Amino acid sequence: MILNLKNIFTEIGETTIFAKKFFKEVFIPPYETKEFFKQCYIIGYKSLPLVAITGFIMGLVLTLQSRPTLVKFGAESWLPGMVALSLIREIAPVITALICAGKISSGIGAELGSMKVTEQIDAMEVSAINPYNYLVVTRVLACTLMVPILVFFADAIGIVGGYVGINIHGDVNFYRFLTQIIQSLEFLDLFPATIKTFFFGFVIGMIGCYKGFTASNGTESVGQAANSAVVTASLSIFIIDMVAVQITDLFF
Amino acid sequence: MTEKLHKEPKTKDNDQSPIIEIKDLHKTFGKDNTILKGLNLILNKDENLVVLGKSGSGKSVTIKCIVGLIEPDQGEIKVFGENVLNISKNELNAIRVRIGFLFQSGALYDSMSVRENLSFTLSKHKRDLSADEIEKEVMEALESVGLAEAVDKMPSELSGGMRKRIGLARTLILKPEIILYDEPTTGLDTITSREISELILDIKNKQKTASIIITHDMACAKLTADRIIVLKEGVIHAEGTYEELEKDEDEWVRSFFQ
Repeated sequence: MILNLKNIFTEIGETTIFAKKFFKEVFIPPYETKEFFKQCYIIGYKSLPLVAITGFIMGLVLTLQSRPTLVKFGAESWLPGMVALSLIREIAPVITALICAGKISSGIGAELGSMKVTEQIDAMEVSAINPYNYLVVTRVLACTLMVPILVFFADAIGIVGGYVGINIHGDVNFYRFLTQIIQSLEFLDLFPATIKTFFFGFVIGMIGCYKGFTASNGTESVGQAANSAVVTASLSIFIIDMVAVQITDLFF
Repeated sequence: MTEKLHKEPKTKDNDQSPIIEIKDLHKTFGKDNTILKGLNLILNKDENLVVLGKSGSGKSVTIKCIVGLIEPDQGEIKVFGENVLNISKNELNAIRVRIGFLFQSGALYDSMSVRENLSFTLSKHKRDLSADEIEKEVMEALESVGLAEAVDKMPSELSGGMRKRIGLARTLILKPEIILYDEPTTGLDTITSREISELILDIKNKQKTASIIITHDMACAKLTADRIIVLKEGVIHAEGTYEELEKDEDEWVRSFFQ
């Protein structure tokens, strides 16, 4: 038990040191813009279908599940606003981040882990190319910028899903549906939810990179790096979410 | 011949100046896994130095210490007259550009084609080169290893021997003065091994490079070595030419040549 705790704290410490390097390296040229845009494409564009499907299902299911309770209280007209608020403030950011942890963090962990065990990272190092700058900075930066965009996308698709859900039991005009959503939303609903998605993105990228970079030699460690990246990133997302909600509650 | 080598590094030809000089190198992994116990080694200009030894005797650790992939616990490593253990990262990188390193697996970047593998390294160091100039240098490097036709292939499409050759071409593209070969013929058939060995010799003759070649392949050692050292328990146990060591009085040393 004590050994486990010690390992957890050691891991947190080492990840922090690894992450600290990012803030130093991100400002030092050369800037790997080509690799950064390539990663944005892989992380952002290639995740769109997955995020779209889950976003739509989230909106649809949330509407269908909430409707009976609201109908009981005669508050069915609140449904669009409630669904939109739930999606934007909590469900879309967390679910999208979890999907990204599964898809992106594990992918980065496996990719860098396999590069580590096949000495490709060492090959970069001995060629006087900074592997941290080329591999880590680009991926973490791309994750930090792409995850919020994916969350916005999931919000939008989720709202469409909600509209479909409402129309299963009734006939609501899309314009009226949107008007109700916009009326129920405030800037403060969007702002904290958006800020936390940047942290989600950063953590997803950083943990994937850390796990890959620290994979020990051997093919088994590649699988472990990918698996461990998903578990740690998912857990970190919940912890960040909890802290973000507390801070939001404190200030707003 | 074998005992006094532990203290004084020996050179074959006093006229040649040392390009790498290692003194009293120590390295321990974990608490008690001591690999190097005061290694002294010299690599002269235009020399092919073959390093023999059992697995775990510290051969790969030594060359990884030279390029700064592993930090030794104690000792001095002078490359081009500079102690690589006491210099900044930028200064170390300036030296790394002058050293080529061929990994056992070739270590080609899996996500890049052969062309990208070569141009990636070049474009990072010679940012003023145009795309045409980079392409020309890539093709020249590939032609020097006889694999110009593989330029558009992905590493997964290459055989073991081809991967090593491409790895060598990637190393050569920066025109290094020293090349460190980590088991260049391991896992290859006899014919391909010989081709790689001949390539190593050819590179040395044409490009006037100095090399440290770690190998278990005695045919490769015989063909490429100007001088051979045999590592045992973290220090040099024997040193000489292939012919000298083949007839060494120590049976353990002779066993490598049988």
